[in-house]
Amino acid sequence: MTRHISPDERLPETPSQTAGPYVHIGCTPGFTGLSMAWPDAGAQMKTGPVKGREITITGRIFDGMGAPLRDAMVEIWQADADGLFAAAHEARGEADRNFTGWGRCATDMETGHFRFDTVKPGPVPWPDGRLQAPHITFWIVARGINIGLHTRLYFDDEPEANAADPILNRIEHRDRIPTLLARGDGAGAYTFDIHLQGPQETIFFDI
Amino acid sequence: MSASEGAGEGGFIPRDRRWQPDALTPAYKTSVLRSPKAPLLSFPTSISEETSPVFGHDMLGPLDDDLTLNFAQDGQSAIGPRIVVQGRVQDEYGRGIAGALLEIWQANAGGRYRHVKEGYIAPLDPNFGGCGRVITDDDGRYTFRTIQPGPYPWPNGPNDWRPAHIHFSIFGHAFAQRLITQMYFEGDPHIPLCPIVGSLNSPAAVDALTARLDMAQTIPMDARAYRFDIVLRGRRQSIFENRPEGM
Ligand SMILES: [Fe+3]
Repeated sequence: MTRHISPDERLPETPSQTAGPYVHIGCTPGFTGLSMAWPDAGAQMKTGPVKGREITITGRIFDGMGAPLRDAMVEIWQADADGLFAAAHEARGEADRNFTGWGRCATDMETGHFRFDTVKPGPVPWPDGRLQAPHITFWIVARGINIGLHTRLYFDDEPEANAADPILNRIEHRDRIPTLLARGDGAGAYTFDIHLQGPQETIFFDI
Repeated sequence: MSASEGAGEGGFIPRDRRWQPDALTPAYKTSVLRSPKAPLLSFPTSISEETSPVFGHDMLGPLDDDLTLNFAQDGQSAIGPRIVVQGRVQDEYGRGIAGALLEIWQANAGGRYRHVKEGYIAPLDPNFGGCGRVITDDDGRYTFRTIQPGPYPWPNGPNDWRPAHIHFSIFGHAFAQRLITQMYFEGDPHIPLCPIVGSLNSPAAVDALTARLDMAQTIPMDARAYRFDIVLRGRRQSIFENRPEGM
């Protein structure tokens, strides 16, 4: 028996609450020194030799006074070098078996840095079939953040793809686009700082 | 998977930002410097948000879902009121979400966390670590065993105490569904006093995070049961009850 459920019967999404100062106990127990049975999930994005260009992404998250958050947790989610996701929903082909596409990192308790050892993602399609520029989804939680913040990292060495990207094209305040661009050093090391407030406030998404 | 159920078919329903807490809630002081000021940029979900890593039951150890035992010495267990927490993870259409990963963390029965930054004078329990994880079954149901955490003071106002709570991190089938929240306990007098609970915009939202004592599921002479159901965002498409979500 099937029954169509109309939109007005929808249940409300569970409300968010801050991850608080001790998010690492639950999400990166090894980072906190808990001698539990499992390795920290998301710590290794590469499980063997990977396709494509290997890169690193490092950065910090700054509050409205310019201080780095030293108690945050960052997650990233991205396609592999061919633009395929290691996901159940990926119907376009099989993603690189040695690449999870998902990373999780606690910011350093002293310096506030996060770091991901990953690969440069390939382009993936927009719902209308156009290609999006290579990008990485970021999700940030911490004490003082009531609901996780979504943003995207784009690459400053992809000017043509960025110029054609459906989302970057829709941003009215063009001077804010650099807040979404990771700066590469030409050798595979990218820097991506996130500003929660202030003149350089990162563009956050309601997706 | 048929093409009609593949990614890109029907984006996720946008979050109701009036229902979800605001970024800036001044009574919760840390939010003042950590809340973005500019409006969020809205756009429809694409495959980047409609996909998510897959977590299999094979990643779990036998005690991952038992916080009374997973840090305890052999033959011992954590101190505190023994409880099981049970519920169903579902989407906005009430469809169970199979394979959802729940990661949980909490203070011990005295209200103290096992963390280097923790400063509360309540003692550590040598048999309690405070983290666990569980993956939902084919119908979206989960259960884990723990001890009821204690309320604890925190530096915000001059005398703020958190109600007893368990933190939940939830992975559904899409990064668009990613959620972290806290579960409270029915009847706790600290709930209406807490500035973090106060970040919620309505009594109904507080109610949605309040677990109910479930005597029918209580394990006699062992552990009381609390029920906490979780709702993640749903996809905008024709929904039929007998089609498992995301399969
Ligand atoms: Fe807490």
